[in-house]
Amino acid sequence: MNIIEEEKVLLEGLAKEDKQSIEKIYREHYNMVQSYVTNNNGTSDDAADIFQELMIVLFEKARSGNLELHCQLKTYIYAVSRRLWLKKLTQAQRFAQSDVEHMEEVASVEEDVEMHEKRQNDFTLMETAMSKIGEPCKSLLEAYYVQKKQMQAIAADFGYTNADNAKTQKYKCLVRLKKLFFAQYKNAE
Amino acid sequence: MEDVLLIDAVERFVNGEMTPQEKIYFEDLRKNNPELDQAVVEHLFFLNEMNSYGATKNFKHSLHEVQTKLANEGFVFSAPVVGKTKLVQLWNKYKKTVAVAASIAGVVSLFIASVVSAVAKKDPTNTTLLVNKVDAVAVKNAQIERKLNKLEADANAEAKKPMIQSKFNGTGFLIDVNNNYIITNAHVAMEAKNQLIVENKKGDQFEAHAVYVDQQRDIAILQIKDKSFKKLPPIPFQIRKSSAYLGEQIYMLGFPKKEIVYGEGYVSARNGHNMDTLFCQLSTTANAGSSGSPVIAKNGDLIGILTSKEPNTQGVIYAIKSVNILRAIEEAKKIDANASIKITAAPELKGLKREDQIEKMENYVFMIKGN
Repeated sequence: MNIIEEEKVLLEGLAKEDKQSIEKIYREHYNMVQSYVTNNNGTSDDAADIFQELMIVLFEKARSGNLELHCQLKTYIYAVSRRLWLKKLTQAQRFAQSDVEHMEEVASVEEDVEMHEKRQNDFTLMETAMSKIGEPCKSLLEAYYVQKKQMQAIAADFGYTNADNAKTQKYKCLVRLKKLFFAQYKNAE
Repeated sequence: MEDVLLIDAVERFVNGEMTPQEKIYFEDLRKNNPELDQAVVEHLFFLNEMNSYGATKNFKHSLHEVQTKLANEGFVFSAPVVGKTKLVQLWNKYKKTVAVAASIAGVVSLFIASVVSAVAKKDPTNTTLLVNKVDAVAVKNAQIERKLNKLEADANAEAKKPMIQSKFNGTGFLIDVNNNYIITNAHVAMEAKNQLIVENKKGDQFEAHAVYVDQQRDIAILQIKDKSFKKLPPIPFQIRKSSAYLGEQIYMLGFPKKEIVYGEGYVSARNGHNMDTLFCQLSTTANAGSSGSPVIAKNGDLIGILTSKEPNTQGVIYAIKSVNILRAIEEAKKIDANASIKITAAPELKGLKREDQIEKMENYVFMIKGN
């Protein structure tokens, strides 16, 4: 396998939430990102945060089926981390902006980072909506949509007499969640 | 309960659980009933969001396990913390700022306490003492302010180090079309040490200079002196004298990048950070370069100047209330050279559709840059 194929397999692993792929990327690229961040006014805590966010960017990209990086994984990781870190630096500031030149240099990952921000935002919206619907709705929906459990198993876990009853309850919960989610989503638009 | 039926149908449709006959019937129904189709599209979108949420959550879980494993091996220098411990981290990060803020609050309340007790005694010797005391407190306040400014300057210098120092950019907007006065933030105008340039949406640049800087209100008034600047029709908005309403919808135009960018949101609190009454709080997003953007209410009134954001919270933005613009102008006019400042408004935005408002408004918003 050449490097490009190898990296493709790695990204496919990420899309499946595979721990070995995650670990491999950590082992191969963490040090580079850490030295970039710590050499640019960051702490090692900052570096760990940036790397975590980078992993999520990679995951989202892989999950959306977009495995074309147009460059080596290493280059991509460097560009995204840099972009994330510069963003964090400017965010801590007031709005007078002084890093225009740097932003242009890493423009090729701009779209991915912007997409990531949008997804992060949606994730937070969903998380907030989830936290508002209360129990047993929250656990019920998470069992079905996050842990991907079968309706039968869920009925047993939650003490419903049969899968159909659990299903009806799930739908009711989903309607509520949907209302909460869209109320915020439309506000955020 | 119709919703439940719909959700059931959509989920079975997505999961491929429908019989071919049912599927044809369902698709026919969608085709002939746009309302139903809309509901299906909405639910498909929601399911998609739900699935991304689930996948991201699972991924974060795996990520965390790997991080813990690597941290135990001593590979990752310092394990990123998830959940509650994050708060501790944040606290550590902002401890210094909190301490400074707390000490100021302490000074202010002490100052009030001494006034009350001194006045209560009604002793003439105490009153003279009070003057001294007030002076002392004022000096102390000034010292703290200077220290704060220095801290801020240091923080600025620190963050700028890896970047090229020669440039900055912010936003401003025209208020007087006869003498070409522009309003922006004081902290934007003060970035210019040598040259100050305003650039319109087409990219035409004009030389300008600051005629008045009010640091306390964080407002600066610039004037375009360049003769090539073409006179514009009167400004289409009016500057609101009263405060913005809680929950009022607003939009902004600014230059966080090389072209004009539109953003929208709502007024989320009547006052700013630490109940600062100069500001109001907006729920929206803004990026570096947006400082000085006009904040316009739905009815076309200008209600504020976008200025700063809460550094550790998403979507909390502060804007200077518009009445402060009027106050700053009054102050500025006391200087003879500025006596001619006059807001030349013909509030045309009122009643226009949002897109039409923006089209008019765009011409009055400028990028402020320099070195």
